[in-house]
Amino acid sequence: MRRLLNATLLIEILRPLGQIAVFVTGAGMILSALMLGLAVLLRGSTVDATTISNYGVDLFTYTLVNLPQVLIDGVTIGFVYAAIALGYTMVYGVLEFINFAHSEIFAIGAFVGVEILIALNNSGYLNDISYAMAYFWLLLAVIAAMIAAGATAVAMERIAYRPLRGAPRLVPLISAIGVSFFLQDAIRLIESLTTGQFHRIIPTFGNFDQQISLASLNIIGTKIDLIIQVKSVIVIVSAIFMVVGLNYLVNATKLGKAIRSVAQDRVTANLMGINVNRIIAMTFLIGGTLGGAAGVLFALKFTRIDPFVGFFPGLKAFTAAVLGGIGNITGALLGGLVLGMLETFSGSYLSVFTMGAFGAEYKDILAFAILILVLIFRPSGLLGEQVGQKA
Amino acid sequence: MDKGLLNQLSKWTQALQTRLTKGRGATIFILIYLAIGTIWVYFSPRSLLAFLLFISSAILIYYLPLTTRFKFGLAAVMLLVLVPILGVRNIFYLEVIFQISVFAALALGLNIVVGFAGLLDLGYVAFYAVGAYLWAFFGSQQPYLLYEIPGTAPPGTPFFLPADTFYLFMFLGIILAAFTGILLGLPVLRLRGDYLAIVTLGFGEVIRVLANNLDKPWNITNGPQGITPIQRPTLPEPLLNALRVVLNPIVGHNVTEGEFYNLFFYLLALLVILVVIVVVRRLDDSKIGRAWIAIREDETAAIAMGIPLVRLKLAAFAAGASFAGVMGILFAASRTFVSPESFSFMQSIGVLSMVILGGLGSIPGVIVGAAVVIILNLQVLQGLSLYLSQLRQSDAVIPIINFAWKNLSTQLDPAKYQRMLFGIILIVMMIYRPAGLIPAERRKRELTREEEALENNDLGAGGADAQDPTGQSTSGEVEHGAA
Repeated sequence: MRRLLNATLLIEILRPLGQIAVFVTGAGMILSALMLGLAVLLRGSTVDATTISNYGVDLFTYTLVNLPQVLIDGVTIGFVYAAIALGYTMVYGVLEFINFAHSEIFAIGAFVGVEILIALNNSGYLNDISYAMAYFWLLLAVIAAMIAAGATAVAMERIAYRPLRGAPRLVPLISAIGVSFFLQDAIRLIESLTTGQFHRIIPTFGNFDQQISLASLNIIGTKIDLIIQVKSVIVIVSAIFMVVGLNYLVNATKLGKAIRSVAQDRVTANLMGINVNRIIAMTFLIGGTLGGAAGVLFALKFTRIDPFVGFFPGLKAFTAAVLGGIGNITGALLGGLVLGMLETFSGSYLSVFTMGAFGAEYKDILAFAILILVLIFRPSGLLGEQVGQKA
Repeated sequence: MDKGLLNQLSKWTQALQTRLTKGRGATIFILIYLAIGTIWVYFSPRSLLAFLLFISSAILIYYLPLTTRFKFGLAAVMLLVLVPILGVRNIFYLEVIFQISVFAALALGLNIVVGFAGLLDLGYVAFYAVGAYLWAFFGSQQPYLLYEIPGTAPPGTPFFLPADTFYLFMFLGIILAAFTGILLGLPVLRLRGDYLAIVTLGFGEVIRVLANNLDKPWNITNGPQGITPIQRPTLPEPLLNALRVVLNPIVGHNVTEGEFYNLFFYLLALLVILVVIVVVRRLDDSKIGRAWIAIREDETAAIAMGIPLVRLKLAAFAAGASFAGVMGILFAASRTFVSPESFSFMQSIGVLSMVILGGLGSIPGVIVGAAVVIILNLQVLQGLSLYLSQLRQSDAVIPIINFAWKNLSTQLDPAKYQRMLFGIILIVMMIYRPAGLIPAERRKRELTREEEALENNDLGAGGADAQDPTGQSTSGEVEHGAA
């Protein structure tokens, strides 16, 4: 019996790892094939000619040469989206409610983490330190960010959402938009009081900016180095940890069982002796801590943050959650990866394929286009169960 | 406060109320009130208190027990005579009142979508932007600059259309915005409430990104720089001179053409509001309006009663959008400049907070909501900013913590914290007064039921009968697959 139990627990750890591998390779291959196919289709067209005159290579070569790097970047950003999407999906799964302020929870995490690193840097702790210490301080910043973001999420639930729990669904949504706006300006106020500026830049320390050369490929006579920054590896590894950890928590622990039961039927769960309010607060806590950690990772990857930093990543992560099937952890992962890759693909190739008419600036609205398409044709998402429309 | 004092107070207010409700008392009271407000604003044009007193008389006119004819007469005198005079005397007030009217019209339009049909639209300014860019494009030199790089207009480029086609474009704006509304609505209106909110938000952002980036391949929107100059309809010079003869002695200076334009756009906005109010009132009691409310309350039941769901939702979307479109045209002409910044997500939430503050579905509520938010925004927050910057320049020190005002960060500028204002309004209203400051008539009856339902369903899963300000019911069972 005990061996069986351990086996299921092991499966809960291995299953998401396998899913990650499948999703990354699958999505990457499908998108690459589409892109290359498009390049082949356009061979000999004016697009091809323009590319040759601009870059000296034809469209197919251009696409192929850039492909590996685009894929690596796409996977990195995809994992960031996936990490944020977990928070949306947790809360939605339990409360059927879009936590619009999750993007600000994410921003709070980013700011707390970055502020701690800045303070450490100012007091000289980050000068000439060993890699081990650098990772230790980063971990510390991430943990502090998780605590702060989790606490904010719980407080937010207590103040702005719990009093509205009986009310119809648009009421807490409007309240959540209010919380989101309030928090944006609250962060801005706190940050600008001390220094007069409200954006922050993460200090450089450790080996996070170093580039690892993965491989040296030789594609059609062009030698390309596949490089990935250390910080991208950190982002990917941490996001995998988060997905696996959350999956384990929800599917293999007692708390997870309570969360699932509350998600299924709040009243019955209550009758079974589950403290529904506590479980909902726990859900916000978990989602908030994940969001906070994602915030620090985001700051590490993109270096500059401001109080409104959460808006677009938040919306895209929500899109990712819907794309994968909201309320579903695996779906959030898949959605995040697909969206991240699509976005990097459009950022890198849109300009070339449209001869400069539309550039990378349209990648932000790509997410909305996907969101609309998904909601029209498959509202339950890629992996969601087919549930009827809930009024 | 102890009970005795409270009783005394309520007795007084009751006495006052009976005094005021006796016809003539109310008439004299409002006349004196309005006169004090007018004279005070006239002689101290910078006092915020005076302005608030003056503006608040509009609410009193609405609430006091006067005959309808007297109410309308007084309102007309206030809006058409007093406001222009005081506004030209201190042009800032005219700006405030113009903004109130523009946003009141926008909020009334959004009120149709959110308040009547119960569809939460978070991208409402997109339609406003469509209207504004329509006239910005055709009412400027832009059509001749399609192949130019932004910011390099060759000198002497003529305007594309004569200025007075503005009036025609007000109608075109209505049509185009309504069309855009239908176009957006067709795919998304099948969605559930909260998804619809996010999709409309996305649509708003799409329009903004397009406005920002459509300077290539063809230079349609002139990119982030925005389009300027945009033509205003011509005002006949003889009329202005005739008006100057009357106005100059009253306001105490020579009224410039710019001030006349401000007045003109204010009156135009007022006209639009009047039309909107008439339309909304007629709709509210019509078959369509009742069908909207049925949809808001319970979609499934509405379908069962034979209401064509999608068509009516589209109608709501189109009606709301068309009002935003015409206000956009007005906005473009009055500013002679449009840029993507005016159409951010924050503007949409600003309009939403006006509707929520005033009361979903309530016409007077929405207008009051617009006035309160604009006054808070333009006068209270900016007043605070001014006060703080004065403190910064002085040598004052906060006593106990010994903090010199000089050291206060210049980023602490209340005028920039509109988001916080909107956020607080939304949270506080949703928690404490979901039906708004002036609840709609229909809502008052529902509200008592709602509160009972709320209390009974603290855990919330069962709240099947609960009615909220947006009116959708939560009858859906929670059957979602585990996270």
